[in-house]
Amino acid sequence: MKSEPKVRASLPEGLTPERLLEMYYYMVLTRTCDDRGFALNRQGKIPFAATCQGHEAIQVGAAFALRRGVDWLVPYYRDTCMALSFGVTPREQLMCLFARKGDIFSSGRQFPNHYSVPDRQIASISSIIAAHVTHAVGIALAAKMRKQSAVVLTSFGEGSTSEGEWHEALNFAGIHKVPIVFLCENNEYAISVHQSLQMGVKNVADRAAGYGFPGVICDGTDPVQSYETVRDAVERARSGGGPTLVEAKCYRAMSHTSDDNQLTYRTPDEIEAVKTRDPIPRFENWLKERGMIDDDTIAELKAKALREVNDATDWAEAQAPPTEADLYTHVYHSGPLS
Amino acid sequence: MATKNLLEAVRETLHDAMASDERVFIMGEDVGARGNVFLITAGFQEEFGRERIIDTPLAEASIVGVAIGAAMAGLRPIAEIQFADFIYPAFNQIVGEAAKTRYRSAGGNSCPLVIRTPYGGGVRGALSHSVSIEALFYHVPGLKVLAPSTPADAKGLLTSAIADEDPVLFLEHKRTYRLIKGEVPEGRHTVPIGKADIARAGKDLSVITYGLMRHFAVEAAEKIAAEGIDAEVVDLRSIRPMDRETIINSATKTRRVLVVHEDNKFGGVGAEISAAIAEEALFELDAPIKRLCGPDVPAMGYAKEYEEAFMPSPERIADAMRELAQF
Repeated sequence: MKSEPKVRASLPEGLTPERLLEMYYYMVLTRTCDDRGFALNRQGKIPFAATCQGHEAIQVGAAFALRRGVDWLVPYYRDTCMALSFGVTPREQLMCLFARKGDIFSSGRQFPNHYSVPDRQIASISSIIAAHVTHAVGIALAAKMRKQSAVVLTSFGEGSTSEGEWHEALNFAGIHKVPIVFLCENNEYAISVHQSLQMGVKNVADRAAGYGFPGVICDGTDPVQSYETVRDAVERARSGGGPTLVEAKCYRAMSHTSDDNQLTYRTPDEIEAVKTRDPIPRFENWLKERGMIDDDTIAELKAKALREVNDATDWAEAQAPPTEADLYTHVYHSGPLS
Repeated sequence: MATKNLLEAVRETLHDAMASDERVFIMGEDVGARGNVFLITAGFQEEFGRERIIDTPLAEASIVGVAIGAAMAGLRPIAEIQFADFIYPAFNQIVGEAAKTRYRSAGGNSCPLVIRTPYGGGVRGALSHSVSIEALFYHVPGLKVLAPSTPADAKGLLTSAIADEDPVLFLEHKRTYRLIKGEVPEGRHTVPIGKADIARAGKDLSVITYGLMRHFAVEAAEKIAAEGIDAEVVDLRSIRPMDRETIINSATKTRRVLVVHEDNKFGGVGAEISAAIAEEALFELDAPIKRLCGPDVPAMGYAKEYEEAFMPSPERIADAMRELAQF
């Protein structure tokens, strides 16, 4: 039996207890997928995995602030939780990890987590940092030109904000007041390079002033605050107010990818310290305090996530790999050309 | 058919595309109030509005990047790079992003984008307003690279490019804008992408070329015809995809090949043409393939002497033809 809610009146606008539990589930599901990716990599079954541990709260908050089927997501490669919360399924996630032919994002061509689901309004990206931010502005420009109510959310790490294309994108968006939310998931590291060597300002959000729109900061380890911050930015964009730069302060619990070893640039103490900011137990406590979850439900949801990811793993592993002939498809609309 | 110069043909095509398809819009530096530095889009902003003729900041990467996003979202952007020399900041967006969008998404996302840019020399454009950029881009699968040389082809290929589902880099030789005039079909006129044109039929040798050099080659061919050498001039029109069939057929027919382009010789388009002929028709030839190209210096200089020394001329092409015919 769940205990009676203590502070239910304080629920933020747009979030019901059901939606909050759904958010929690996506965070747990993502963590399970994320762990599975690294485990499969260590087993030699997949060549590469990227992690989003430490980013789950901002990502689920951002995805829940968008309207599926209306708004566009132009995420970056660390957005597993955002993608799962926006409609990507665990089977689709595992298919991309295994690089199977049926991988709907790229048919095994791109690194994992380079999402592309046009019919769910998730745009394709490459691994070239910040290049997709200009594309997101173009998608938002198209929505504005067609007088659609779509808002585009594009995300990136703080390292991306060093790139010229990032600045060009924000400049263009500020001039034309396109309906976009720029979401920086600031985890303090661009692979091994700390934020202090990436920028001379303290906050990425401070940069928004240079482009003529607001920059706001939220605690990216708090899904509720993340949701509220992004929701306000989405509403502003939808009502014609133009862009917002949201900086979510979060952290990266693991190495950059399965190919990286963070012990070459971080101390063990630092790594232990950031783990205390894990958004999942933190959200569990928040929900418990409000009587919306108890230990049994937590165990049930974690077991459910594990069943889903086990099923997805077995299923994806059994799918066919691409063939040599697949190499030559989708070069041009009409096929390969000389 | 009315006679127009190449600039007028481009202008007319852009105007027709804007008027007939509301998905089409133009973005670039000075394309709005100024109507582009060559006045190609003069008056467009008054007619189509500021939302469809967008003056952009001086930022080439975002001109192409924003256009890619709009194309992915279903519009038909025409992005302009004011001079080809300014395209380098947009290199990643064209090569790394636009050209790979379809492939990396396994057909999920298309990128129907046209990037127009004036290129080439002969207008005293110095180091930064006279380069040829085709070799930097034609290497890239997923991208199409067109270089029309006549007003009719400019209209026909630009119309095809705008309708194409893939990203197209559309090169307009700026010396041809006002110098080259010709009849242009009225109404909708398309030229298929990937088909070369026989600019002049001949039997003694083949000149394979494109852009401004088509006209110089035809002029040279007429000159040496009086000396009894009957040259064929093949205008590629489309650099990628490249019409290998027409190239091989011409080489096989005349048995002597001269490749002419204004771009630097080393690794230029001529290298690919030569290799294709060597692979498929080497033993049909009576002479080694000859290339007359821009020298391997970074660009033509501002001084008239630098420019003239850099660019192939009708006289130099005629000399190369004579040498080849006499081999």
